[in-house]
Amino acid sequence: MEQGPGGAAAGGAGLLLPLSDTEQQRYSELFSLCCSPAPEGGSAPAPAAGGSKVGDLFRASQLPADTLHQITELCGAKRVGYFGPAQFYVALKLIAAAQSGLPVRIESIKSELPLPRFMALKNDIEMRYGNAAEILGVKFQIPHPILEKNSFRRSDEGDKKETKSPPMSPMCSPPASPSNYQRIPLSYGYGKSRSKLEQPHGVSYEARHSTHQQDGPATGNYGSKSALVHSSLSRFLSVESEPQDSSNYPDDPWRITEEQREYYINQFKSLQPDLNSLISGSVAKNFFTKSKLPIPELSHVWELSDVDCDGALTLPEFCAAFHLIVARKNGYPLPDMLPETLLPDYLQPASLKPKRDCALLDSYSESLSVSQQTRDFNRTELETVCEDPTNSEPLILFDVATSIVEPTSVEEMPDKSALTQDANSDDNQALNISTTTKTIPKDFKPSQHLSVKTVVQESNTLKARPRSRSYSSTSIEEAMKKGEEPPMPPPRPQKSHSRASSLDLNKIFQQNTQAVKSGWLPPPPALPPRPFVSQTEQVSEIELHPQMNRAPSQTEESSPMRKEILLTQPPSKPIRRKFRSENQMLENQELTPTSSVTSSLPAVKPHLPAQKQSSKQKRAIQTAIRKNKEANAVLARLNSELQQQLKEVHKERIALETQLEQLRPVTVL
Amino acid sequence: MAVCVAVIAKENYPLYIRSIPTENELKFHYTVHTSLDVVDEKISAMGKALVDQRELYLGLLYPTEDYKVYGYVTNSKVKFVMVVDSSNTALRDNEIRSMFRKLHNSYTDVMCNPFYNPGDCIHSRAFDNMVTSMMMQVC
Repeated sequence: MEQGPGGAAAGGAGLLLPLSDTEQQRYSELFSLCCSPAPEGGSAPAPAAGGSKVGDLFRASQLPADTLHQITELCGAKRVGYFGPAQFYVALKLIAAAQSGLPVRIESIKSELPLPRFMALKNDIEMRYGNAAEILGVKFQIPHPILEKNSFRRSDEGDKKETKSPPMSPMCSPPASPSNYQRIPLSYGYGKSRSKLEQPHGVSYEARHSTHQQDGPATGNYGSKSALVHSSLSRFLSVESEPQDSSNYPDDPWRITEEQREYYINQFKSLQPDLNSLISGSVAKNFFTKSKLPIPELSHVWELSDVDCDGALTLPEFCAAFHLIVARKNGYPLPDMLPETLLPDYLQPASLKPKRDCALLDSYSESLSVSQQTRDFNRTELETVCEDPTNSEPLILFDVATSIVEPTSVEEMPDKSALTQDANSDDNQALNISTTTKTIPKDFKPSQHLSVKTVVQESNTLKARPRSRSYSSTSIEEAMKKGEEPPMPPPRPQKSHSRASSLDLNKIFQQNTQAVKSGWLPPPPALPPRPFVSQTEQVSEIELHPQMNRAPSQTEESSPMRKEILLTQPPSKPIRRKFRSENQMLENQELTPTSSVTSSLPAVKPHLPAQKQSSKQKRAIQTAIRKNKEANAVLARLNSELQQQLKEVHKERIALETQLEQLRPVTVL
Repeated sequence: MAVCVAVIAKENYPLYIRSIPTENELKFHYTVHTSLDVVDEKISAMGKALVDQRELYLGLLYPTEDYKVYGYVTNSKVKFVMVVDSSNTALRDNEIRSMFRKLHNSYTDVMCNPFYNPGDCIHSRAFDNMVTSMMMQVC
């Protein structure tokens, strides 16, 4: 089976894991052993080892259960949820390390190690190559990775050490199992002698193997595959899923990764929609206070990040500050000087392009790598990685964010449970919260081990966007403006009565009116001159529409309109204008009490000629109506207030005038 | 160059006071405290004029045999007091002014920090560093 070269999900140890050829071959064989069977024993769509088989294999290594557990975690299988080639190889190497007595850490596997031993494996035992390198008499049971190979081998069965017959994992297809089983004890018995035997055999086998490889496509595949595997191994083992081109930064917690950057940018947007402007000090203070860091530390963070000392944060400054806070939450002491990777110049996101340099990667050595894994694979392995800043670094969500994100974290309950295993106390909370956000799988990018951060930020992005949108329309004026703008109904007949229906409605609802239709007579003297004549397509022109009465007569309109008409009948009184024309409004108000509401318009109504009844217009009208209603309400309020003011002013004026008159005769005298 | 630097709030309590540790700090605290009277005197003398016309740098507040005390007041009535060793004859007025300007700028930066509440003691590391740089030369 081939393990696609790219299939090696970059989940490995985050370092270059040197694998000797023999190791590679063995590992690939073991991997294929564990892989689910496919027609030709080929790889599953995503080459991965079946968990159960892997488990069996691991148990066969006779390591204690918790070691195995550790190994699984370290290799990242938990993260991914399956054993990809990368994880598998790392796991194998870790097993070898454990069997050699080394501690189960990533560093252990950097060195040359004997091959892992798997006892009592019911699979075929393939004591193929006694690897020349391994002198320890390591016994191997390497299943035949390729069916073709196996068949070929079968043909070679003459050998004592012949390989097992079944192409794939013996578990999957135990054709020649009996012989294999036999072989197993045999292999055990061999020990050193076996190894010695193996070696020549291995050599010979390898020779055969190579020739075999030359033959047949499968073998060719295998040969290439091993090369590919090797390359893929090295590739994925060298660097994490982080942007490969940018990674390999040595130990720099002060670099911002792309995901982090995007997250920060989204947070910035939530505070300040315009990315080019500043976040004021108080806004930033409130925001950062949510991080629950002590105030002196926050003060220090501010000092570090506000480079221009203007009391406000630009986007790079904000990112730097956020990054420092995140780092601090993860246990990093705050630096005395701003690290140069956090300088605004450095961070200047010309068009916010992700800074490739940022990679919190192998920098942290194993802890980092593991953390990377954890991060990537949406599982936390904090037990093995102590105080891993990168782990939760991008995932520190302030309460606001968490509360926002939490609702969206619906899926992947198991993740949550896994995450609760986190050891870290402080980070636990943040992690647990943040990991809930991770549970949004749909946002995973192509690179399969996308760090959770991206998930987080995707979710945050999703969240941020609506937030930013709503952000803008908070004020009444804005709402009103919005009310004005949207209703650009498609064909707003300027000065024509074509939109009679809408016209009617508008009049009726005292909402925006279209441009005055020509037929629209000037209102009777009671009504002050209306501006709408020239102005509007815009909505907010509000006129006096006392004519509810009229409405029913007119409407061939749909009933909803009628209902609206009826609804709006009561508040027909005040004359409303566009809010910008306040003067007129005042005038209107003056006249409003006096002018009778109803009167004039009836005359006007009939003037509306054609009524467009296209549903499209209706819909547009209805939306326009809605918006206009809102604007209406606002303006009505404004109206009433202004009316009151006017009355008061009038009273004052009258009072003053009387006073004046009273005084005048005195002075005149 | 300075032996002791103090920032006094408008209500005449110290926001920041730091002196060279080798010396008797209490003495400097006392000196600064007594110099506040002189500062107030100078302010009130000038105070009748518009604030704009008032000089921020107050100059030598009073000399003693060991040291000199200089004062500086901001528009928000925050006072900076600096005690300088008398033996430092090389120190000119301009230098003192520039030191006060630096102090003022650093103080402004501290105020810009939204996490700093006016009236709190100043714990800013940047401010500390700046003061240290002014005091280091004394040794």
